[in-house]
Amino acid sequence: MAFNYKKDNQNIVTVTMDMVGRTTNVINEEFFQLWSNTIERLESEKDLSGVILTSAKKTFLAGGDLEMIFKLKDPKYTFELIEKLKAKQRRLEILQKPVVAAINGTALGGGLEIALCCNYRIALNDAFIKFGFPEVNFGIMPAAGGIVRSIRLLGLDTALPFLMEGKQITPEIAKKVGFVDEIVDNQEELIIKAKKYIFENPEACQLWDKKGYKIPGGNPQNPKIAKMLAIAPAILKKKTQGNYPAPEAILSAAVEGSFVDFEVASRIESRYFVELVVGKVAKNMINTFWFNLNKINSGSSRPKDIPYLKTKKLGVLGSGLMGHGITYVAALNGIEVIMIDSIIDNAQLGLDKIEAILNNGIKIGLISEKKKNEVLERITVTDKYNKLEGCDLIIEAVYEDRDLKGKVTTLAEEIMKSNGVFASNTSTIPISRLAEKSIRPEKFIGIHFFSPVHKMKLVEIIKGEKTSTKTLAKAFDFVKKIKKLPIVVNDSRGFYTSRVFERYTSEGMALLAEGNSAESIESAGKKAGHPVGPLAVVDEINIGLAAHIRDKNREELSGKEKQLSKGNWDIVIDFMIKDVKRLGRSNGGGFYEYPEGGKKYLWPELKTYFPLSKEPLSQDEMIDRLCFIQCIETIRCFEEGVLNSVADANIGSIFGWGFAPFKGGTLQFVNDYGLKEFVQRAKELKENYGNRFSPPKLLLDMAVKEKIFN
Amino acid sequence: MNNDAYVFDAIRTPRGKKDGALNQLTPTDILAKLLKALQQKHNLDTSQVEDVVIGCVTPVGEQGGNIAKAAVQYAGWDESVTGMQVNRFCASGLEAINLAAMKIKSGWEDLIVAGGIDCMSRVPMGSDGGSIMFEPKVNLKTQFVPQGISADLIATLGDYYREDVDSFAFESQKRATIALNKGYFKSIIPLIDQNGLKILDYDEHIRPKTTMEDLRALKPSFETIGNLGFDQIAIGKYTEVESINHVHTAGNSSGIADGAATVLIGSKQKGNELCIVPRAKIISIATVSKDSTIMLTGLGPASKKALKKVGMDIKDIDIIEANEAFASVILRFIDDMGLDSTEKVNVNGGAIAMGHPIGATGAMLLGTAIDEMERRDLNTGLITLCAAGGMGISTIIERV
Repeated sequence: MAFNYKKDNQNIVTVTMDMVGRTTNVINEEFFQLWSNTIERLESEKDLSGVILTSAKKTFLAGGDLEMIFKLKDPKYTFELIEKLKAKQRRLEILQKPVVAAINGTALGGGLEIALCCNYRIALNDAFIKFGFPEVNFGIMPAAGGIVRSIRLLGLDTALPFLMEGKQITPEIAKKVGFVDEIVDNQEELIIKAKKYIFENPEACQLWDKKGYKIPGGNPQNPKIAKMLAIAPAILKKKTQGNYPAPEAILSAAVEGSFVDFEVASRIESRYFVELVVGKVAKNMINTFWFNLNKINSGSSRPKDIPYLKTKKLGVLGSGLMGHGITYVAALNGIEVIMIDSIIDNAQLGLDKIEAILNNGIKIGLISEKKKNEVLERITVTDKYNKLEGCDLIIEAVYEDRDLKGKVTTLAEEIMKSNGVFASNTSTIPISRLAEKSIRPEKFIGIHFFSPVHKMKLVEIIKGEKTSTKTLAKAFDFVKKIKKLPIVVNDSRGFYTSRVFERYTSEGMALLAEGNSAESIESAGKKAGHPVGPLAVVDEINIGLAAHIRDKNREELSGKEKQLSKGNWDIVIDFMIKDVKRLGRSNGGGFYEYPEGGKKYLWPELKTYFPLSKEPLSQDEMIDRLCFIQCIETIRCFEEGVLNSVADANIGSIFGWGFAPFKGGTLQFVNDYGLKEFVQRAKELKENYGNRFSPPKLLLDMAVKEKIFN
Repeated sequence: MNNDAYVFDAIRTPRGKKDGALNQLTPTDILAKLLKALQQKHNLDTSQVEDVVIGCVTPVGEQGGNIAKAAVQYAGWDESVTGMQVNRFCASGLEAINLAAMKIKSGWEDLIVAGGIDCMSRVPMGSDGGSIMFEPKVNLKTQFVPQGISADLIATLGDYYREDVDSFAFESQKRATIALNKGYFKSIIPLIDQNGLKILDYDEHIRPKTTMEDLRALKPSFETIGNLGFDQIAIGKYTEVESINHVHTAGNSSGIADGAATVLIGSKQKGNELCIVPRAKIISIATVSKDSTIMLTGLGPASKKALKKVGMDIKDIDIIEANEAFASVILRFIDDMGLDSTEKVNVNGGAIAMGHPIGATGAMLLGTAIDEMERRDLNTGLITLCAAGGMGISTIIERV
């Protein structure tokens, strides 16, 4: 069955969407056909008293099929496709019989749009049901009348945030906002109320089809709306740096459409949609946030043929920022945790911080008091290693020092179950080297969390030389269990994320050494799509730590074939550490000054020590350098086998260190740029700035063979 | 030194009908598209353009806030290019051209884009208010009547009967249809959307199937408001009239329309520098104002004034583009100029058939005239429009 069409003895037709072979109803070519047939049938009905549109699935209608949208490349075809769908929706809307959406499940994107072309919307009051327009998160926009109808139903000021930010809301809030007209407690009532509406409104007509209709709150000529619109683009740009065409298109389509009639507004919406869909940003974002993410979530990097391995009891060594963070997320997701610190007061401090995170969760309504107590009950803090008895997974999160890490490994392994897995949360030290101190190196693995642990989704799992597939499966299952996003990489200096990320900060410092202003470097970093500029990042991680890691790596690589590349950044690092002793935020200041209670600002003396060159680089040039160096390093990781999957590379770069989401990650960036063009540009950069920009052989080969990273 | 003002090019959008295809585009977008088209067509270094002067009659809302500068910026033109919006009612588009010509003639500037725009579907006529209509003491003192009443007054005074104005309208449709079918409107730049998809590439206001019967069947548009009081105001001033003969209908008046036009005007020397060959030279311009109640009789006096300035006679003019605000306006113009036919006038139809995007029309007509002069290999052209308040405007050009 696909669409169940049933006319009852009161001449009410109930259309129940139930697409075959799918867990949810989605809008695709098949849906088009079903929808067309249904409309035609409804139009040909005699003595129809009304229509109820509902779903047989758990969701009402999930929205547009991203696989289909991803493939759309031809503007004309896309325009005709969307116009065709809209024309069909319009026919339902002007049926001149009451049409009620009986929303029994989540209605997102295209699903909500279909609900909006019904005359009345009743939703089941279930907090698991979500309403919203998530299109913007994939670089596209609602285009089946979602913008046109939302602003006509709610007004520009109310509707725009939902359209532009992709926020999802519960039926209760949807009722408050006005997306739905009524909420009911159960399925039965849903249909009773729907029928009641049909009987009471035999000649239903959409608000916007009534004579004299005006947009609630007025159009942009209304002074209140005008005031909002004057600043809306600036607010948007501050957030997006102009890198995201979707929210801009949504704002434009909404405003331009508010001056004209429904049909014209609808066409304007279609044109903006086409522009986004065939554009690069949508392809990048759908590629990464849909296909890559699904791939990762479906466990493509997990060894097959090994059954699910549950983590029953977790030990966490260290209660600092990372230690207590890991403890918190594990306990939050139902795992019993022993958190050890050599100083019991520190352990207690870590627990206090966990409680603070929980209290904050309560404050914003994410966590209940009951849940908080449950989480805290799962945590034991101690300074005694023997408490680790019975742990089947231990993660060390002690200071980034090889000897210390070796010591705690030995202590823990003595107590831990013999089949237990020991993991290090190191961000830089090679796992195989750490595993040398382990008595069970095949059960030794890297599980690299990002700070702050409770907010950062990504976890980088690092396989050592001897790590077994079973150990990997165990780590993978644990990461999934605590609702994080696992990427799997092979062992190397800095693994994947730290290694590539370090290129960003180094390149930023090199730019400074070459006489570009710190302000313009930071601006280029943000314009490139990073949350903060490279110098600000260095201040956060502490330049002393960065130098320590660098020097350790150099020491280790001395005499070996592969050398850590040197660059102008070394001048800056050494100067900051030795000459002015400004190590970063935690040391009271680095590239920035951090006034008590005030906003940070760039250290004015930078200009004295790094005088401006007569010909500073353009923003575009700096952006290219900052991006290319990361992409090239990612390709090297790929070439060296550190990375095994494009999805891991893309997702890791965005969720790990905030590489430009609109580019779809470090490898999708290269696809977007075009491999041949990327090679060409990399060669230019190499010519001007050094060998680090030299395009790797893997890339050259791929470019010749006209392949892309997928 | 030769400071003559040369017309290098004149392009325009198709004229869109009310709530038609152009309604999907904002005015700034449309104007910017035209600017970009001009730039691309001539590989123009925009920093060489000194000013962009744009006529717009309803400069509020989306057309407000100096649309000329807005479009210059939105089109991505060089930051050095200034912009200004001018309003001389229906004469605005041609006024912009005349102003540009004056700038060039003065020798103080060398390259100007002039033009006009009005997207009447999105920004309806009258939405800018104004004291002539909406301030009672001004309205009363100036004896305001709507233009339709003025047009009917002209018809009454000139003995232009319903059959005359309908015949004129029919001819306008006929001529426009031929021009449309034969592709005479070379200055049209097809409008496309952001995806390269066509929005409009022809004058969609034209009704090729119009018959005299259709025209005869239409009801007079201004009889009701005339009876309410406006007729009396007109008669009070024109005491020789006993009653107004309401002959104008939707079929023989200019239609509401959307559109824009831009014209590149400059000195010969600048043309040489940029390697752009001029198409015409502006040799005379004039504006006049006559009685504001009859309002629409300015074409003849303005044209005479312009002709006199250069010692020319109407007989010296090969092609005349006179804006068809209403049929009677052109009949009166023909009489005033002593022409015995419409042979040279609006040879490819006019605003009755094609619509009148008020601020743009004057600039559009300049391009239409040049296109036709080139097609027929003729030498001189005159463009004239009437405007509210009794004003008239005229521009004489000659091919180079």
